Amino acid sequence: MSKTLLSCRGVETFYGKIQALKGIDMDVPEGKIVTLIGSNGAGKSTLMMTISGAQRARKGSITFDGQDITKMPAHHIAHLGISQSPEGRRIFPRMTVLENLQMGATVSDPKYFDEDTKMVFEMFPILGKRSGQRGGTLSGGEQQMLAIGRALMARPRLLLLDEPSLGLAPIIVKQIFSVIRELNQRQGLTVFLVEQNAFHALKLAHQAYVMVNGNITISGTGKELLAKPEIRAAYLEGSH
Amino acid sequence: MEYFLQQLINGITLGSIYGLIAIGYTMVYGIIGMINFAHGDVFMVGGFVSVIALIMFGITGGGGVFITLLALILVVLIAMIIAAAFNWTIERLAYRPLRGSFRLAPLISAIGMSIVLQEFVRVAQGGRPKPLQPIVTGGMEIMKRTSENGEFVVRLSNMQIIIVITTLILMAIFTAIITRTSLGRAQRACEQDMKMASLLGIDVDKTISITFIIGAALAAVAGLMFFLYYGVTDFYVGFLAGIKAFTAAVLGGIGSLPGAMLGGIIIGLIETFWSAYFTVEYKDVAAFAMLAAVLIFMPQGILGRPEVEKV
Ligand SMILES: Nc1ncnc2c1ncn2[C@@H]1O[C@H](COP(=O)(O)OP(=O)(O)OP(=O)(O)O)[C@@H](O)[C@H]1O
Ligand SMILES: [Mg+2]
Repeated sequence: MSKTLLSCRGVETFYGKIQALKGIDMDVPEGKIVTLIGSNGAGKSTLMMTISGAQRARKGSITFDGQDITKMPAHHIAHLGISQSPEGRRIFPRMTVLENLQMGATVSDPKYFDEDTKMVFEMFPILGKRSGQRGGTLSGGEQQMLAIGRALMARPRLLLLDEPSLGLAPIIVKQIFSVIRELNQRQGLTVFLVEQNAFHALKLAHQAYVMVNGNITISGTGKELLAKPEIRAAYLEGSH
Repeated sequence: MEYFLQQLINGITLGSIYGLIAIGYTMVYGIIGMINFAHGDVFMVGGFVSVIALIMFGITGGGGVFITLLALILVVLIAMIIAAAFNWTIERLAYRPLRGSFRLAPLISAIGMSIVLQEFVRVAQGGRPKPLQPIVTGGMEIMKRTSENGEFVVRLSNMQIIIVITTLILMAIFTAIITRTSLGRAQRACEQDMKMASLLGIDVDKTISITFIIGAALAAVAGLMFFLYYGVTDFYVGFLAGIKAFTAAVLGGIGSLPGAMLGGIIIGLIETFWSAYFTVEYKDVAAFAMLAAVLIFMPQGILGRPEVEKV
């Protein structure tokens, strides 16, 4: 049993009067891949942003590596080692690929920069070829790769990935999932993954949660969830 | 021809000063999307601090070129620090609490801050213009022609040389900071996506503060040079100079740094040529008419960014 790296207890987040999270309890064990699935508007991205500190929890608490981060400013949380590839990618459009990676490395020791850049370029060779191109002119898929690469430049202890497969060709999706698996197996990286692409994401997951309407309704191992008929019906219909 | 050349020199000199002020407007707008109306008054404060420091140190320009230059550098450093402290404080007190409130709120607050600075200086230093004997004198004749109307000389004064060279040096340093350092990258990142910047570990509040500090420091240099150039200042100079620099920023494309400098030079040239060939009394009207025309016909400005990004 590995120790818990991140835990959420009774987390509630609001947008004005609208309540997006209604008391989330969730754990991410160190060295594991945890997947969160749920339909559109369930509150998955809100949870990601709340963990990162870009959105404030009104109630409940979030603990990272034993430290309460519920009220910590986002940039402090980043320095603790939580890194996010957010929904919508959010590449800096008027910065080059390399500058975007430099931004990703804000919290990491500069001595690792060359090594880490090389690793990202090996993972996504197209980025290496485009290193001088502006982020805003990259294709959607290239931007997604850059968002993941940028998040990795932080040398995170916990990597948050919000729909990394969105809008990507199946072959690229496969590649991205295999990258995630490799990072987890080789470097012991802890990953918290939000996905629409439930089949792949559940296959990958050690632990999985289902969110409906701001609540966690089902949890279990990835295999268990894949076997549940109600999950198959709601999230896997039509996919293979 | 000689007359034209002389106006060109004068216009570029004046335009350099406007350009330095305009950078403060454009940077602040770029990062938090507001017009810091008090920026012109920060420029004025920079000028006043310079006057006070010059008098305190008893600098008259009589002590030789080297000593005078050294003294001016000391004075400008003091002016930069104090102007930066003012602008930093203004942002902390009057703008930051309003971030995220309705769009007009910080603008109104900025107009209030502009009045506060003007009144503060008026009460503390008096309302009458402050003259000072010329400190940087001399220059060179670069062209001379005698005709039946008399003699016409094209002059390039030492002060003009100092202004243009100082501006070039500051622009080079400033550009290097913005394009090559991690501070500049953080600044641009906040400008493009503040939330993402904070997710990556950038302290957004600190970056905004630094933006105000840099803008004020450049404006303070402009304040000293403006004062040395005209030999007089008062608590109200920030208003007109500020509006012109703002016009320059809009003309160049608000948010664009090279645009601010280019816009400054153009406004300086328009003002100078208008005074030279039309009526001096209407030179400010010309600048304002320019602002109106730009806002109507070219709100993007000359170097305003074309929208190429995918979102
Ligand atoms: N900035 C906002 N202001 C108001 N409501 C918001 C805001 N952002 C999200 N919401 C609402 O909060 C709820 C949860 O949104 P969230 O983006 O977290 O969903 P999601 O699970 O990530 O959905 P998707 O799968 O479509 O990305 C939605 O009902 C959404 O409309
Ligand atoms: Mg989402």
